[in-house]
Amino acid sequence: MTDNNVTNILMAGVGGQGTLLASEILSEVLMQAGYDVKKAEVHGMAQRGGSVVSHVRFGKKVFSSIIPEGEVDVLFGFELLETYRYLPLVKELGAVVVNNLKIAPPSVALGKRDYPTDVAAKLKELVANVHVVDGLQLAEQAGNSRTVNTVLLGALSNTLEPTHEQWIAAIKSLVPERFLDVNLKAFELGRQVC
Amino acid sequence: MQKTILSGNEAFARAAYEAGVTVASAYPGTPSTEILENITQYERIDASWAPNEKVALEVGIGASIGGARTIVTMKHVGVNVAADPLFTFSYTGVRGGMVLVVADDPEMHSSQDEQDSRHYARFAKVPMFEPADSQEALDFTRLAFEVSEQFDAPIMVRSTTRISHSKSIVELGEPLMELPETGLVRDPSKFVMLPGNARIRHPLVEKRLEEMSEWACTQGFNRIEAGDGKLGIITSGVAYQYAREVFPDADILKLGLVYPLPKQMIRDFAARFDTLYVIEELDPFIEEQVKAMGINVIGKEKVPICGELSPGRLRQAFDLNPPNLPPIKEDLPPRPPNMCPGCPHRGVFHALNRLKAYVTGDIGCYTLGFMPPLSAMDTCICMGASIGNATGLSKVLNEEDRKKVVAVIGDSTFLHTGINGLMDMVYNKSTATVLILDNSTTGMTGRQDNPSTGFTLDGQLADQVDLEALCRALGVKHVETVDPAQMDTTRKVIKEAMERPEVSVVITRRPCVLIKHENVVEDLPPLYVKTDKCVACKACLTIGCPAIEWETGKDGSKGNCKVDRLLCNGCQVCMQLCKFDAFGVCDD
Ligand code: SF4
Ligand code: SF4
Repeated sequence: MTDNNVTNILMAGVGGQGTLLASEILSEVLMQAGYDVKKAEVHGMAQRGGSVVSHVRFGKKVFSSIIPEGEVDVLFGFELLETYRYLPLVKELGAVVVNNLKIAPPSVALGKRDYPTDVAAKLKELVANVHVVDGLQLAEQAGNSRTVNTVLLGALSNTLEPTHEQWIAAIKSLVPERFLDVNLKAFELGRQVC
Repeated sequence: MQKTILSGNEAFARAAYEAGVTVASAYPGTPSTEILENITQYERIDASWAPNEKVALEVGIGASIGGARTIVTMKHVGVNVAADPLFTFSYTGVRGGMVLVVADDPEMHSSQDEQDSRHYARFAKVPMFEPADSQEALDFTRLAFEVSEQFDAPIMVRSTTRISHSKSIVELGEPLMELPETGLVRDPSKFVMLPGNARIRHPLVEKRLEEMSEWACTQGFNRIEAGDGKLGIITSGVAYQYAREVFPDADILKLGLVYPLPKQMIRDFAARFDTLYVIEELDPFIEEQVKAMGINVIGKEKVPICGELSPGRLRQAFDLNPPNLPPIKEDLPPRPPNMCPGCPHRGVFHALNRLKAYVTGDIGCYTLGFMPPLSAMDTCICMGASIGNATGLSKVLNEEDRKKVVAVIGDSTFLHTGINGLMDMVYNKSTATVLILDNSTTGMTGRQDNPSTGFTLDGQLADQVDLEALCRALGVKHVETVDPAQMDTTRKVIKEAMERPEVSVVITRRPCVLIKHENVVEDLPPLYVKTDKCVACKACLTIGCPAIEWETGKDGSKGNCKVDRLLCNGCQVCMQLCKFDAFGVCDD
């Protein structure tokens, strides 16, 4: 396997969950920290509640914006089932940061299929390094249920190089003024969990 | 110069600005849409949505004839629509530089086929650049305007989903300060393509390609990256990134101009290797041309022809380190896209399903009406095809079956190319029924405006096409408008239209719940299910709304459904399906 010291973060979630903004902030902070960064969104039919993944890669020099199979360093999940779905792409010593949230896909909502049971437990069984974050609860604590993505970024931020100040600067540059305070709060709450 | 992170589409827009473009036109289409949306931030560019790609290109051609630098953008299938003017524009050449950015969609993330637009470049004899990241999207596009004027040719720039929607670091350039002079210049021998004039232009087109092929051998956009000398690879676009990732030690000839090819450069490069690969996404476009030069290369024998490439797929193709086997044994429920909660199309498809209609569909959010449980779409070919398909189908059916045929098309798609089909329907006395699903926007691509919405690309008020009057003007005698949230009426009106042995148009009008403009969508309170009244008949589940979820009963109890109040938009369509009065409206 080629190792040119590229770090790979895969964000998995459901369309409409705000994975996009989270991956923008992440890319921004990595660029500010001096890395080459590439980011790709992979989803079908633009939106509408389907499965969405964002690839973020950084290092000295990044070629492909898509992460090769089996080379994900951190799987960053916004929803349990979607996180579980992409687990096979994670490298052996990879980590998982996952939001403790279930969103039923159509077949489950219709009562035709079951949502897999105990996903968090299964993740822990398969990967040593798993952090389960109560994103919604912390987001509500921050003052807005929509800031789950920022809470999760806070949790992720501890595992990466950029400094606290660099993170704050990136959030300030990308989050609209009127949502800034609540997002900064959400970020700090997330930072305390792992 | 300033460093920033841009998507490919943002970089194309920036390039247009830096190059001094003053006119931009497009029809939205994933993955090309955001180019024009980003161009609106540059005030000196007059940017607009056209009703279809052919019109967009014709606007661009006009502006070029007037001396302006212009950009036109579209997705791959849009080029099929724009092909007619494109081929002739290749003959006339330009006055102001003109660039057509076309975004292909390998893997069909959001498309109905995965055509490789490089063939169009060759077919129309239009030179084509292919960038490999956002920096090149900016640099190549900017350069393309100069090349366009230098060689008197429109230039195509090919993107793919992975270029358009990936972000990478870009160094911005200085925008051109002095804009090209515009004005009327009469030059009929160049711009009037009567046979006599066209015959004179054709040899010039051929000569231009030959000259460019030679010139391209010495230009920086085609470059050789030295490796250990054992293995040679010819590649371009995003495939270059994957090739570099997977073969870090190979010698790589990276092509920036994929048509015409730098023949001498390829010959010299090829002569140095015993094993030479061509790694390209989709078709063997470079491979076949290189083989035709008498050079032995390995390409599609190894590299997949279908779908998007990735470093993983390349490794697999070359039997290099297969990734670890997946640890998950379970079969997980898939998560396909679905129409939004409260989507105005949902009720229409429920009615069509109940009426057992044979639905010829079209391209838009409503194509998702194909998904269960609505399952009410039987064909989907291309933009605007629904109506023509319905006409053709009815021609060969008996009277009973003919009544079942319903064409379904959105407002934007109707104006794109559906309108021609309706003209034909009336003219040739078809009996089919047409539903125009008017959600007052172009929903699928992210809610762009169109001639019927009342707004322009930059949000200015515009005159609105009156769809009812338009259909009547085409000769349709039965035009009716319904609110698709009124389920009984909608079904009744569609049923009557289907029965009628004449062309009937039903316009279902209700705005998309995600519409951009304020005060268009009513803010309705969410619903809830009174669990004591729910008898578990599951009738409401047949609407397939993501906000309604079935809760299996615990310990043998019947179970009931539940509304996710965060998702519910309060359209009350489900309420009309429940015979037991189990839905209530939240009043907090
Ligand atoms: S974007 Fe609008 S039209 Fe498309 S599915 Fe959602 S509500 Fe329906
Ligand atoms: S339609 Fe009414 S009674 Fe039937 S499952 Fe839905 S809420 Fe319950």
